[in-house]
Order: sequence, then structure tokens, then C-alpha cells
Amino acid sequence: MKPFAYLRPASVAEAVRVSAATPGARFLGGGTNLVDLMKLGVETPGLVIDVSRLPLDRVTRTDDGGLRIGATVRNSDLAAHPDVRADHPALSQALLAGASGQLRNTATTGGNLLQRTRCPYFQDITKPCNKRDPGSGCPAREGAHRDLAVLGHSPHCVATNPSDMAVALAALDATVLLHGPEGERAVPVTDFHRLPGDNPDQDTVIRPGELITEVVLPPPPDGAVSLYRKARDRASYAFALASVAAVLAVRDGRVAHVSLAFGALAHRPWRARAAEDVLRGATADRETFARAVEAELEAARPLRDNGFKVDLARRTAFGALTELASRAAPND
Amino acid sequence: MDPTPAGRGTAAPAPADDRSTLTLHVNGTARTLTLDHRTTVLDALRQHLGLTGVKKGCDHGQCGACTVLVDGRRANSCLLLAVAHDGARVTTVEGLADGDRLHPLQAAFLERDALQCGYCTPGQICSAAGMLDEAAAGFPSHVTPPTADVPVGPAPLGADEIRERMSGNLCRCGAYPHIVRAIEDVAP
Repeated sequence: MKPFAYLRPASVAEAVRVSAATPGARFLGGGTNLVDLMKLGVETPGLVIDVSRLPLDRVTRTDDGGLRIGATVRNSDLAAHPDVRADHPALSQALLAGASGQLRNTATTGGNLLQRTRCPYFQDITKPCNKRDPGSGCPAREGAHRDLAVLGHSPHCVATNPSDMAVALAALDATVLLHGPEGERAVPVTDFHRLPGDNPDQDTVIRPGELITEVVLPPPPDGAVSLYRKARDRASYAFALASVAAVLAVRDGRVAHVSLAFGALAHRPWRARAAEDVLRGATADRETFARAVEAELEAARPLRDNGFKVDLARRTAFGALTELASRAAPND
Repeated sequence: MDPTPAGRGTAAPAPADDRSTLTLHVNGTARTLTLDHRTTVLDALRQHLGLTGVKKGCDHGQCGACTVLVDGRRANSCLLLAVAHDGARVTTVEGLADGDRLHPLQAAFLERDALQCGYCTPGQICSAAGMLDEAAAGFPSHVTPPTADVPVGPAPLGADEIRERMSGNLCRCGAYPHIVRAIEDVAP
């Protein structure tokens, strides 16, 4: 690991000011990804700015009945929060499906959103990788890509976003609040992560010096139920091969509200707008669910060894919608 | 300690600013150390304080052998920078027993023969101690059935819950069945 200076700023303003003035500085939250990447030589900051003790560690109600989640709230605390469990079970379930008890106790909300891909080439500095070293190439496209992207990838990068939490936030229409040198701005979480295009080194739309301070959730839609379902190689403590976060409300047998997002299929959480268009207002039955999921996954372009992820995503989404429909309209 | 680089708030701290003096409260005793910023809590405990109960397995947060309690909560000490934990209370396996009286989890691991080589055992025991506190505080797990009414009070711990909640601790000897039984003996 490269030597580095360490700063524990007293305020968000100080953190942002120092970060903006120090190229190559990194914010430290829980460090469960950053410290690992520093050990691997993938991250080599000259300055680590420890934001973990800033007063951003609370979950509070918004005036409209939503929730404000501070960026340093630990994943385990967020998953256990009574308001999150009651209003947004998909978020609690997504967090609990990720990592281990130890890691969830340490990892933060902001850090979870900024965690890097687990693509093996990205994590190995002896290999080319356009995300780590722009222009060096992407061996994953022809190499070990069983776990990697089937949607939205580019000739330059086939990495996937590894977060479970972000998939739930995408389905829940969360907003990310950022503080930067030019002030504060709010970005819908579905616009926060990028597709790789020709500059996969940029995971997100975050600008130099910007710090995630909060994530804001709107109140749950009337009558909606939600869940997170994850398919993986082991029953616990493994990254997703395919996952689904879904929110559904059914009225008089028809879909009154739906939002659906896939995880582990793309460079960002994949909000399934095409599927939602099929579902919205349609009869809430198995035929509609199958047609909706198909409409979304038509866009899939699997690589040589990861076509199975499309089938896995299809079945996971169909199962999630069927399960939610039985709960949303138990008498139908 | 003063972690602030020279010229607070200015850019580009001097390159010599690569160490800090910090205090860890380890098993009830304040230990003040001057450490390179790269030092993890794991290496501070093992190499600077001689507490070799905590083990280095993968050193990447994947195996759980380095699990300790930090401010009462279990964590992978290999991923914690010591400088970021100035002032923290750290409990290692050496700090669990009350004098010669073993912690109930230590006694249960012995009674159930919940190990073969023993390398993962300190991490397993610290993790189980933290896990029991989490369940007592009502933390759900991936296998806790979701309900419309969020229950208050301790989460019940059957074997499935214990397996899920302990999935961050690997045992290459495969002593899992006895580890689960040992923890069941101690779980309320």
C-alpha cells in the first residue's frame, strides 16, 4: 500500500473544500471496499479524508412521510431501522442480502453507493482494465466474464455494479444528495450510476470534490408492497448473479403502481422501464408478468459464458412479481 | 491525536504526514501508539500489541478470521485503518473471559468440539458474541421472515438464523455443524 496522509474534517464543508483542492484524495466511510482496493494497489490516494464521524448518521422522517438517510448510517443499522422495515422492506432485504454481518456493521450508505465493481480484471493491477487504466483494454470481454454484464455493456467494459442496496434504492425512486465545491445538488439514484460507454473509469456522475451527504426516499405508494430477491452461487455471503427489487400495488385486479429494478446485470442498477410500461394499468396476472419481463430482457446481449444470467433474471423477476401480486391482492 | 495535516484546510499535505499517534482501548486498557496510516487494527493488535489471538486469514474481509468487537460491534479488523479508530474500544478473544472463567461461547466451543485446527476459532467466537448482541437488539437477518408489522424485541435464533448470521466466518476444516450447536447452546 502506498503511504498516505490522513485528515478527519470537522464538517462537510471542510471535507469538500480539502477534497476539491487535493487531486487523488479519497473519502473514507467504513472502508470495507476502499481499504481493500488500497491493499490491492487499485486505489492509491495521497490523502484519505475520513468522513465517517461527520454528523450524517441518522435516519429521519421527511415532511411528506419519506425518509432521509444520512450517508454514514451503517448498512446493518439501516436494514434494522423500524421505519425502513415497515415502509421499504425491499431496502432492508437488499441490505441483509449483501455481504456479512461484520461488513454490514462497518459499511456506510454513501460508501455502498460508491463501491467499485468486483470484476476480477479491475481488481488485479497486473491485468489491463479500461475502468482502472483507461485505454489499456478489457480482457473480461473474451476472458472470465461469467458473473459480468448482460445489459448496457460497451466494447470498453462489461463490469457490473455489485451493490444490492442500490438496486432497491433504484426501485424505490430514491434521490442522492451531494455537497460539492459549487454547492448542493440532488440526483435521482437511477441517474447516479452510469453505463460504461467509452469512459468506464467513471462509475457515477459524481464530480470532483463532491460528497454524498444523504439519500432521500419518498413515502411508499398507496397500497404498495415491495421485496428484494437475489440469486447467487451460495445461500449467503456472495455477490448476486441476478437480483430484483420490485414495488407493486394492485387495485381491482390491475397494476396501480409498479417499479422494478435488476441488479448484477449491468454497470448500474437497471431500472426496468420497458417492463413497467407493459405492467402499468394491465391485469396483474402471470401472463402479464411474463410478457413484461420479456419486454425488458429483449435488450440483453449476453457474453459467451453468461447467458444463464438472463434466464436467472427472468425467473427471479417473474417470481418476485408473482409473490408481490399474491400479497398485494390476496383475494384476487 | 491530531490527524490534521500541517496547514489545516489547505491542499497537498506534506509527504511526511504518513503517521499519527492514536489510542485504542483494548480489552479495557488504553494503548497509545504511533502508527503508519497504513496500519490496520488487525496489524496494530497482532504486531504492535502482541495480541495474537486475532488471526490474519485472507486480509481482504472475506474470511472473518480477524473478527473483533469495535465499540461493541463485530467487524473485520483487517479492513479497519487504526488511525480512523482512534478512541475506539476494541475487544479481542483475549478480552472475553472473566479472569479464569471462560466466556460462555468459549466454554460451548470446547464442550461441542467446535473446531479442528482452531485458526478461525477466535474470529468465530468474537463474531458469535457480536451476533448474539445484534439478535438481542432485534436486528433481522436475510432469513428472518418479513412481516407487515415489524416486531420489537429480540430476534429468535434457530439453526438457520445462526448459519445465516455467521456466514461471514469461514471454517476451512468444515466444523460448521458443531459451531452452530455451540452457538445454539449459548443463544437464549
